[in-house]
Amino acid sequence: MIELRGIERIFEVGDQQVHALDHVDLKIEAGEYLSIMGPSGSGKSTLLHILGLLDRPSAGHYLLHDHDITALSDEQLAATRRNEIGFVFQFFHLVPRLSARENIELPLVLAGMSSAKRKPRVDAILDATGMMDRAHHRPEQLSGGQRQRVAIARATIMQPALLLADEPTGNLDSTSGSEIVEVLEQLNNKGITLIVVTHDHELGKRAQRRIRMVDGKIAEDHRHEPVA
Amino acid sequence: MIITDVLRYTFTTLKGFRMRSALMLLAMAIGVAAVVVLTSLGEGAQRYVSAEFASLGTHLIVVLPGRSETSGGAPNMLVGSTPRDLTLDDALALTRNSSVQRVAPIAIGTSNISWQGREREVPILGSNSELLELRHWKMNKGRFLPNQKIDNATPVVVLGSKVRNELFGAQAAIGEWLRIGDRRFRVIGVMATEGRSIGIDVEEVVIIPTASAMSLFNNTSLYRILVEGKSREAIPRIQRFVINTLRERHQGEEDITVVTQDSVLATFDRIFQALTLTVAGIAAISLAVAGVLIMNVMLVSVAHRTAEIGLLKAVGASSRQVMVLFMTEAAMLSLLGSAIGLIIGWSSSLLINSLYPGFDAVTPLWAVVAAMGVSLSTGLLFGVMPARRAARLDPVQALSSR
Repeated sequence: MIELRGIERIFEVGDQQVHALDHVDLKIEAGEYLSIMGPSGSGKSTLLHILGLLDRPSAGHYLLHDHDITALSDEQLAATRRNEIGFVFQFFHLVPRLSARENIELPLVLAGMSSAKRKPRVDAILDATGMMDRAHHRPEQLSGGQRQRVAIARATIMQPALLLADEPTGNLDSTSGSEIVEVLEQLNNKGITLIVVTHDHELGKRAQRRIRMVDGKIAEDHRHEPVA
Repeated sequence: MIITDVLRYTFTTLKGFRMRSALMLLAMAIGVAAVVVLTSLGEGAQRYVSAEFASLGTHLIVVLPGRSETSGGAPNMLVGSTPRDLTLDDALALTRNSSVQRVAPIAIGTSNISWQGREREVPILGSNSELLELRHWKMNKGRFLPNQKIDNATPVVVLGSKVRNELFGAQAAIGEWLRIGDRRFRVIGVMATEGRSIGIDVEEVVIIPTASAMSLFNNTSLYRILVEGKSREAIPRIQRFVINTLRERHQGEEDITVVTQDSVLATFDRIFQALTLTVAGIAAISLAVAGVLIMNVMLVSVAHRTAEIGLLKAVGASSRQVMVLFMTEAAMLSLLGSAIGLIIGWSSSLLINSLYPGFDAVTPLWAVVAAMGVSLSTGLLFGVMPARRAARLDPVQALSSR
């Protein structure tokens, strides 16, 4: 589903050039569960941003569904992000003024869907995540785990093929953290491609495919049997 | 994105930052209210002066004897000539035009007036029955001069209210005979109108038929002839008619001066228009200041909501959509602000009107349109820069700030 060919990402820091990604080649099949680990500054976040189309590579090609998306316009990139990719962040990134329901329907709103069409979809996902009775609460009225559930609901409301999670449990206690991991893995079981960037070895080891990054390069790429 | 969703999203933003929104609305409202109130005052002053002139007679032409301008070249100017009298027959001749509504010949003088030993010196106005309507005067008691042939010197008199009070006190004046100069006149009416008109205090004046006045003062010439047209549009036509008729009657010599209210009014109109525009310009500066304020606050808002912008981009908003959202916010602030300003401005105008009756502060439509237009365009203009800054934010960096 995803193919990266010779991806480089160079940042200018002062008069120095920093190779955040140094010639990365990576192939990801649909439905894979993949973890990216590595020390700080190894380029794992940059890789995630490029996979999520938030950042453009300095060189190389990115093929999504066999289409080269490095040449797309801002408008087309936004549409691709909206339809194909969901993000889950460490700090949830919910809009504080909006209720849980409004946060979840944000991608649908941006896609220009009418509120009559939005309602059943949001209802279904609120029901599935058990957040129906919290639908009108604002983020500050929700616990961390509930916020991340809302964020996951928002990331998946467009039924994307790819779900990118950046330290999804980094800001949660262990109980709600493992609940969130369960939610993510259930989504993966239903066919969504799940990529998790984390420092947490326990979390990283749950993935069938584990990538370790060092200095902007892929140092290890192992496939394992699913955890029982 | 559907327009209603854009508006709803913007609305939650405005609601989310209450203090900020309130201050911006206040700034815009003050600017618009200033424009509305100041132009209303200017317009009110203009109307006030126009109304004062209209009370002199709206479609009025004043004919006076003698030429106040010199037009070079005419041979008789070299010989020199005294102006011919403006006679009652001249006045009569001016009635013979379909566009002329009324003609009032005016003779003027001062004389003693006495009744039962009380005596006073008063200005005497000689005119005809048309004068009442022509001046928009009102009667208090009795009736005005009778409608009669123009050279009929009937011994009747109409008194101004002050003259009547000083001569008769509490006693009834109508029907009494009094003495003006060496003649006797019967009182047939008392004026109700107060204040000044054509340089005469109506309360103090005594009105008698023109022919009576001319024989009383032994005048051969009228002081003025007032000609009222049927409409304002007819005035230039009547002006030509007056000049031609009187030239013919005066052996081809143009020895009269014709003054129209229009020319005076036009001058005042211009002066007040300039005044209103100046005041509106000053008020517009406050609108511009409000615009700068909006820019400032929007920039802070963009900086404040960096993470939100990054999130919007991550969930699929294009740069254009982010731009639209921020522009909508600026536009909404300035529209709401100017709506509030209009309400404040209008109610202040109404307040001024109720405090100063007679002064009619009316907000001109152009000022409303201009104020709304300027506030919206400053809002948008000063909203562009912050909105573009928001649209160009790098989502990766935007998301890393929290």
